[in-house]
Amino acid sequence: MATTETMTLNMGPQHPSTHGVLRLVLELDGEVIVKVTPHIGYLHRGVEKLSEHRTYHQILPLTDRLDYLAPMSNNLGYILAVEKLMGVEVPDRAETIRIIMAELTRLESHLVWIACHALDIGAMTVFIYAFRERETVMEIYELISGARMTSNFFRVGGLSQDVPDEFVKKVSDFINVMPGYLDQYEGLLTTNPIWLKRTIGNGVISAEDAIDFGITGPALRGSGVDWDLRRDNPYSGYDKYQFKVPVGENCDTFDRYKVRLIEMREACKIVRQALDRLKPGPVLADCPQVCYPPKENVYNSIEGLIHHFKIASEGFPAPEGEVYQGVEAPKGELGFYIVSDGGNKPERMRIRPPSFVNLQAIEKMSVGTMIADLVAVIGTLDIVLGEIDR
Amino acid sequence: MGVDNPLGDNVITTSLDLLVNWSRKSSIWPMTFGLACCAIEMMATGASHNDLDRFGIIFRASPRQSDCIIIAGTVTKKMLPVIMTVYEQMPEPKWVIAMGACACSGGVFDTYSVVQGIDEALPVDVYIPGCPPRPEALLFGLMKLQDKIMSERNSFGASIGLGERYIPEAA
Repeated sequence: MATTETMTLNMGPQHPSTHGVLRLVLELDGEVIVKVTPHIGYLHRGVEKLSEHRTYHQILPLTDRLDYLAPMSNNLGYILAVEKLMGVEVPDRAETIRIIMAELTRLESHLVWIACHALDIGAMTVFIYAFRERETVMEIYELISGARMTSNFFRVGGLSQDVPDEFVKKVSDFINVMPGYLDQYEGLLTTNPIWLKRTIGNGVISAEDAIDFGITGPALRGSGVDWDLRRDNPYSGYDKYQFKVPVGENCDTFDRYKVRLIEMREACKIVRQALDRLKPGPVLADCPQVCYPPKENVYNSIEGLIHHFKIASEGFPAPEGEVYQGVEAPKGELGFYIVSDGGNKPERMRIRPPSFVNLQAIEKMSVGTMIADLVAVIGTLDIVLGEIDR
Repeated sequence: MGVDNPLGDNVITTSLDLLVNWSRKSSIWPMTFGLACCAIEMMATGASHNDLDRFGIIFRASPRQSDCIIIAGTVTKKMLPVIMTVYEQMPEPKWVIAMGACACSGGVFDTYSVVQGIDEALPVDVYIPGCPPRPEALLFGLMKLQDKIMSERNSFGASIGLGERYIPEAA
């Protein structure tokens, strides 16, 4: 009598399409997936533990390196949490620039997503194009912060410095050409029969399951759930902007792809509105207990220097209590939960990374499909391991 | 028509070592081995704007086909055995590039789980500082590696089993 048995296969952590160092242990019946077990921790850097030994300003560079595809979104989430804890009001100009940068970051993250997702499925050309556009975003990053990826640009109470004069022109040029590039990607993919075959009906997860798993971001909206923190729980002045929240219908990889593409177009529109709103003014709150002094004071007066030294070396004491702030990062809800015991360092900081929660659904989305479709599921979840392992 | 011959009929005199070194440095095939943030800059270096292909550098997905490993990102204690296995699977001659502060020295992550520099385990040829290094910095590091390959001696002899390849210390 013929018997069949399943085969266990190891995928990763060194695998070109696991988006970093994810390891999956697969149980296969022939080519059909029976079970998927993700093994994580290969990039565990102890960010949460490190945060307990740093002042609130010093934690900021660590948040850059969580979701390294969207550094400014992480900065924003953390900074908003600290500002909520301290009760700092941010000037209008700083808020607007933050929104411009957060939306450019969304574009950048989605560009890398479309590049890698298409590359995994076999469309190499998109990778080359998407990285070309990403380079422009990196130039804008470099223009304002001096670093291409780990920008560390926001500060508690505002920004580290005002943006240079050419910033507005550079951003507006990019926003003007970006929709044309998006058309280009759609021309390469949306009508491509191979792309359609690989994505339609792949990685289906129903709206109820998606909510039960706690999935957020484009992966949730692709399943038809109309939920976006920018609109439903506005932060950093997002309620002043008009934008659509795209929602999918068929709960599959193709719908999530469409959702992300529309999100990129909407991000362009938000940046356009923010540029129109940008008025001259201060970029740091007038709150000397918490904020760094302006640079001209530091260089020209001894009081300014002492002030800077105090803030940089011992930070500021935060009131006792706990605070949670979630933001709509490109990958989903990114939350920072800070517990303060009244000192200048958080007693505990917990990060709620969207990728970590979204990764749970991988088994639900891939069991019963072919092993080759698993690569598309990993791509559509848009995970980043720096954030999962922290 | 046919094959262009711009140099005409020529004789080139060279040493076998130089010929071997020249061909090795002109076709460095690194592994696609991204660990963290630096991997994104490594991808950006390989993509359209900076284009590594013009140096003959083509990323290979299998360690068996590659002769250079770019440690691009934070090495954790859990990941280190995997990196060692991958390194051991690569055929000789092989080179190691430590890209970024984490791979060079552990970077900002001085914690219980992070290896403080990949040179604790692998022989590193080129260190590239930065967090993450710019694509230009990675290009410069790769060009430094090419210089290093060119200065190797007895690379031909070693490849046919005569003696050992002499690798000079980094200047």
